[in-house]
Amino acid sequence: MYKIVGKKVYHEGLYGIWVEAKVVAKSARPGQFVMLMTDERGERFPLTIADYDRENLIYLVFMVVGKSTAKLSKMGEGDELFSLVGPLGNPSEIDNYGKVVCVGGGTGIASMYPIARELKRAGNEVISIIGARTKDLLFMEDKIRRDSSRVIITTDDGSYGRKGFVTEALKEVLENEGDVKRVWAIGPAIMMKNVALVTKPYGVKTDVSLNSIMVDASGMCGACRVTIGGETKFTCVDGPEFDGHLVDWDEFMNRLNRYKEQEKLAMDLYEGE
Amino acid sequence: MVEFLPMKERMKREQRPMLEQKPEERIHNFNEVPLGYTKEDLFYEAQRCLQCKTSQCIDGCPAEVDIPGFIELIINEDFEGAYFKILETNSLPAVCGRVCPQETQCQETCVLNKKGKPISIGKLERWIADFARENEIHQELSGIESKNKKVAIVGSGPAGLTCAADLAKKGYDVTIFEALHKPGGVLLYGIPEFRLPKKIIEYEIDEIKRSGVRIITDFVVGLTKSVDDLAKEYDTIFLANGAGAPKFMGIPGENLNDVYSANEFLTRSNLMKAYRFPEYDTPIKAGKKVAVIGGGNVTMDSARTSLRLGAQEVHIVYRRSREEAPARVEEIHHAEEEGIIFDWLTLPVKILGDKEGNVVGMECVRMRLGEPDESGRRRPIPIENSNFVVDVNMVIDAIGTQANPIVSAKDTEKNKWGYFVVDEDNQTTRGGIFAGGDIARGSATVILAIGDGKKAAREIDNYLQSGKSLKAAETESIKD
Repeated sequence: MYKIVGKKVYHEGLYGIWVEAKVVAKSARPGQFVMLMTDERGERFPLTIADYDRENLIYLVFMVVGKSTAKLSKMGEGDELFSLVGPLGNPSEIDNYGKVVCVGGGTGIASMYPIARELKRAGNEVISIIGARTKDLLFMEDKIRRDSSRVIITTDDGSYGRKGFVTEALKEVLENEGDVKRVWAIGPAIMMKNVALVTKPYGVKTDVSLNSIMVDASGMCGACRVTIGGETKFTCVDGPEFDGHLVDWDEFMNRLNRYKEQEKLAMDLYEGE
Repeated sequence: MVEFLPMKERMKREQRPMLEQKPEERIHNFNEVPLGYTKEDLFYEAQRCLQCKTSQCIDGCPAEVDIPGFIELIINEDFEGAYFKILETNSLPAVCGRVCPQETQCQETCVLNKKGKPISIGKLERWIADFARENEIHQELSGIESKNKKVAIVGSGPAGLTCAADLAKKGYDVTIFEALHKPGGVLLYGIPEFRLPKKIIEYEIDEIKRSGVRIITDFVVGLTKSVDDLAKEYDTIFLANGAGAPKFMGIPGENLNDVYSANEFLTRSNLMKAYRFPEYDTPIKAGKKVAVIGGGNVTMDSARTSLRLGAQEVHIVYRRSREEAPARVEEIHHAEEEGIIFDWLTLPVKILGDKEGNVVGMECVRMRLGEPDESGRRRPIPIENSNFVVDVNMVIDAIGTQANPIVSAKDTEKNKWGYFVVDEDNQTTRGGIFAGGDIARGSATVILAIGDGKKAAREIDNYLQSGKSLKAAETESIKD
């Protein structure tokens, strides 16, 4: 059904896979995601769609962070996923805003790529800022360079690009160019929270893509609920992108830890096998 | 040899109860609670049936099962015949035998109910369906002439499955679209193993597939494709996507980490088999002291699941009293037997948490009952200054579900609660698109959904027989 037809190893624990998923490939739009299961006993978990060929294939990037992603990393070309459904969630609000900044951190770089590309196609001047802990964890740089107007790269350890965080680079851009109309930020929760803090004083609308824990991802279970401007929303059907200035970040980050103990136990047992 | 007893003998007999797992044992496992009738029980109970000509029991059955007919076949020891008799109108007999509220349906209208001892119709139906499954008895399905008309059904719950089965038997080409990775809808994700074992649902769905119904899983209508997309490809559509969205109370603290919707809690346990974690990958919390809010069957299911996962103390917190609780009497009884604590006339007003988002308690107020409200039940009124805190570390909201807005289509109206407006033929405001089950009537029961599925199948047959087609209408309107 959902056959893996290509696999890229960016770094140990960081992978990209091309998967056969015809209906998804035909209708996917930037910002949307899929839910997948590696096998019948697996968990349902979301991955943002990093690319699609409009015919048959979608591209997914993931980092091994627990048992489910570890199992996925063991799968290779020719293997089939047990389940894959999508495209889910609302697409990014692509329009011609003028000048925009796309910030991607970690695997969020992959999720950011199609958004930056479509924003560019829509006529925007797209400044992409991508960052990682270290050079080896940066990926898709060529594609992002091809489809952005300008690219700024940061690494925490200074092994490539500028030393420091994406937020520092973003602050400079906002400071130096007065006409940034909108910012997208996708990456670890703490990065997105900090991006929102940086953009707030400049009054630039900032879209963040929340990676909440989900089960069905079609609005049925409410596991992914978040508080946005005082109102409860479901990330799966109301998001995944929300106004970063309105997100209750503490609650969001607490909820990401709901199953921390169980996740650790599952991973330990899996690694012990 | 079993025989038909003289009327007097039939009237003399009492109802035969069904053996159950003992409460102290069953709270440690997920196995089914009622153990089923023995063959002797079956005959004993079947022989009580008066075989009345008026068959008022059938009037009480939304699935229109010929109840005296199948009971007569039981007495004749023709179990296969009894199974086929039920299947004539109901494609989910093992499910209905277990989860239908017979006490308010067929058994309520049973003549013997006047004496308070109606025939245990559900228990008989369950025995026959289980016999058929265990002996792999299949319906003869050859010789159905294809009508070359395509029907799309959205959702594989009881309404969708029933409609699909009825239409396939008439020769229609039926495709069901299911959002999850397995078919069954609420039967699968909502009802726990100890009430409805999954293998039973799987078997009955396999039987429906054998009749030619195609089920496409991993397909969210509304996202993967829209209803309007399907309208271009199918001659008619039946929307049976259920009322899947969870309701929350809207009180402070509801987004704390260990506050679950019943949907999440039960989906993890039932569909994802989290009760077998870490053998299965999906995690679930057991909680030590758990409060489940609500008074319906789903509330009972959540509470009883919590207990089986290892919670030490489980409370059901309901703002009205026992008499007003919508759960089946049998389910409340089962929960009580298992040691669930009922806090009647209690309304949660705030869930208390710590900095990490853990639940540390739940503040409630005591209620009293006032005059009847629009539902006919006495209105619960908060008693001033009666606030108190229940010591709990996990809360499950099981106060009901509502329409999920992701399924919609042009020209199909919804009411203010988001349910599709349908006429008496279950047709929406757009010709050729029908709707039934919870997404048309609001949250209800499996059997009412089955009833809707049957009715919709009949109306869809009429619609298509009259030569109409949604697909054709679409093509016409494009030409215009």
